[in-house]
Amino acid sequence: MATTHLMLNGAAVEATSAASEMLLDVLREEFGLKASRFGCGEGSCGACVVWVDGQPITSCTTPLWAVGAKAVTTLEGLGTPEAPHPIQQAFLDEQAFQCGYCLSGIMMTAAALLAHTPDPSDSAIRAALDRHLCRCGSQARIIRAVKRAAASMRDARAG
Amino acid sequence: MTALPASLATTPRLDRWINIAPQGTVHLSPGKVEIGQGLLTALAQILAEELDISVSRIQLRPATTGVSPNEGVTSGSLSIRDCGMSVRAVGAEVRTLFLAEAAKRLGVEPDTLVIDDGTIRGAGNLTTSYWELANSVSLAVDATGKAAPKTAAHRRLSGSGIARLDGPGRVFGTRPYLHDITLADMHHGAVVRPPQPGAKLIDVAPVDLGSAVLVRDGSFLGLVCSSAAELRTAVARLAKAAHWTAGHELPDPHGLAAWMKAQPAEHEVVAERGVTDAGHPSHRRIEHHFLKSYLAHGSIAPSVAIATWHGDDLKVMSHTQGIYNLRDDLALVFGLSTERVTVEHAEGAGCYGHNGADDVALDAALLARAMKGTPVRVQWSRADELSQAPMGAAMAIRVAADLDETGAIIRWEHEIWGNGHVARPGRAPSPALLAGYDLAAPFPLLVAKDPALAAGGGGAQRNAVPLYDFPNWRIEKNRLTVMPLRTSSMRSLGAFGNVFAIESMMDEIARATGTDPLDLRLRYLADDRARDVISKAGAMAAWGRRPAEGRGIGLGFARYKNTAGYCAVVAEVDVSLDPRVEKLWIAVDVGEAINPDGVINQIEGGAIQAVSWTLKEDVRFSRQDVESKSWETYPILGFSEVPEVEVALVSRPDDPPLGAGEAAHGPTAAAIGNAIASALGIRVTSLPLTRDTILQAMEA
Repeated sequence: MATTHLMLNGAAVEATSAASEMLLDVLREEFGLKASRFGCGEGSCGACVVWVDGQPITSCTTPLWAVGAKAVTTLEGLGTPEAPHPIQQAFLDEQAFQCGYCLSGIMMTAAALLAHTPDPSDSAIRAALDRHLCRCGSQARIIRAVKRAAASMRDARAG
Repeated sequence: MTALPASLATTPRLDRWINIAPQGTVHLSPGKVEIGQGLLTALAQILAEELDISVSRIQLRPATTGVSPNEGVTSGSLSIRDCGMSVRAVGAEVRTLFLAEAAKRLGVEPDTLVIDDGTIRGAGNLTTSYWELANSVSLAVDATGKAAPKTAAHRRLSGSGIARLDGPGRVFGTRPYLHDITLADMHHGAVVRPPQPGAKLIDVAPVDLGSAVLVRDGSFLGLVCSSAAELRTAVARLAKAAHWTAGHELPDPHGLAAWMKAQPAEHEVVAERGVTDAGHPSHRRIEHHFLKSYLAHGSIAPSVAIATWHGDDLKVMSHTQGIYNLRDDLALVFGLSTERVTVEHAEGAGCYGHNGADDVALDAALLARAMKGTPVRVQWSRADELSQAPMGAAMAIRVAADLDETGAIIRWEHEIWGNGHVARPGRAPSPALLAGYDLAAPFPLLVAKDPALAAGGGGAQRNAVPLYDFPNWRIEKNRLTVMPLRTSSMRSLGAFGNVFAIESMMDEIARATGTDPLDLRLRYLADDRARDVISKAGAMAAWGRRPAEGRGIGLGFARYKNTAGYCAVVAEVDVSLDPRVEKLWIAVDVGEAINPDGVINQIEGGAIQAVSWTLKEDVRFSRQDVESKSWETYPILGFSEVPEVEVALVSRPDDPPLGAGEAAHGPTAAAIGNAIASALGIRVTSLPLTRDTILQAMEA
């Protein structure tokens, strides 16, 4: 069986799924990484967003063959309860969720934004997150959480 | 003895609710379920308060039929009132039983004992604990109603709030949704739905489905595969091979109000006050016709279920809002006694009413029947989630007011046309589940009804009776007895449309009489709690100021169901391009707020969702088919369109909790409509309020 070499959350792995399978299905079904979630299968809700070489992409529309040897990062690779990414800590501090199903994709996009934009404006945050849908109406809190994370990351750098 | 809260009266045995383990944990078994609102956190907080234990000692058991108390459906903003207050009463009863046993052991009076995180202390060094006494105190007894819960002054947790217990699991992605659960040997199934509502399956052309198992029962067509990858290929092939008849005719999308008024309907006078057609002569009559579109639930996760047959016993894992209701309908479909069906709840994504959760459970059960002993998982597509699940009902509403020569409102009429708002499972002699209508021996279509105002807060007529103190009114509704588009409960039911209509009228009357809209409302409200939230929202928004060019400011108010939470909303809306809500100021009174941040989160979220319904949402359909099958064809509010939201909570710790989940929807819609009218001088009566409907209103 043909396999695909992947860098997944910092580890080299072999995927046995068909190269035509979507990355989201490979992550969830072959590797048991369930934090990236299926919402539409059409790249229009953002629930499945992961990083490929640090760029947030919709994994439900990205076939495995298109990922190749690039580095894939999922929420599981972003942070843990013991070592949370500042974005995760900020979402907890702001209680910026209701059901939370959309959260992992939103946090991946927000963390990618903060990696290159340390002090994003309100409109830059909204623009970055605009392809993410949240049906519970947590957007106002989420925007606050992203600002809080940005501030804590700036403080950490300054400190 | 006081009357037991509703759920406890139904299930009075204490051990059905909680169990205290000698290891130092307390298991709580609520019948209401988490639908994304933080209910479980509030319940744990309430129990910890009454037992004087740390919240971290509480473990919540998933709701399961046959085990958990039957609390009906998690809906109607009733979970804190019915379940929360039952848990509070259970906590008080259990605390009393343990204190009595501790007093006996320690040889002191119960009222001399204090409890600190489960340790029970008396004078001197006398100590015992819940954990030490756990095997001596039987909870296999009924609640007496004699144990008084703590008074507001003695509560230390309620009103201060705690962070969501499920927060870390959600933020780190470690708390599974039902979508993430895999069982041993689990297979994957899918249903090929009729391409148009009402279409019947003619035949299936020969097709290579690999090792998939084909399931057909009348027009119910599906298949089961051993892997999800295999299923994705096979279901596309099967869909192409199926041939269907045409469906039934759908409502006229271009004349929806006229269509609803022309359908066979059951007429009802909902409420009457005074004499509406005699007495004081009308000096001036103001009348408007409102239209609310069909709405889709649009949960971000498509519905999912896992079903397993063990012989003639069926087990289903579901994110349903009502485990017992679903169990009863599944038993009806399969002709089983209810004891043979078990429904276990597992969390799904946010749920805003009767979505596809119950339907997909029957899909899974039908497919799993072909694979006895094997769990079969079915997850709907995004297209099915948007177009096959029940919708929030469209409503045509006529409101008329007669004014006397002083401008006083002397008569009020409110009439509604549309489908009923409730077709939930478990409430009728025949099932309410989608696939049941497609079987070779089909069940009759369950046409949606409206519960009575007194029993369930009404459906279409929810919030149709004004809270305002008008001398005469007549409230009527016409519930359609045909249902070409399936409708059932969606957050706030008829209140969204009715409050939009009533509050739009109030502003029209204010404009016609040269009265300030806020003052006009206060003139007709005697209830101080209503007056308070209106005044407070006004103060927050600096009511009376002139907004910037191209903007308008509007107010909306309602007391949800006329018996629950009070909510006033002021909206500032920019109308220079597509209407855009810049800011919402909201004052809310839900009685005791167990978890204030949880209440504010519900109000913020409800308001943002209502902005989406009000400005954007409209299920699109032709006479043949539903066309809203993707987020492109059913757009909802995006991050770039979300307003800033400021919420003030009126704290009333001594008053009963009233529920927060649905209070903001109607007032938010009304505030937006009134802001647009204030900016443009045009009353837009058709939802959603878009550039198109505004232009239509200008041309009319």
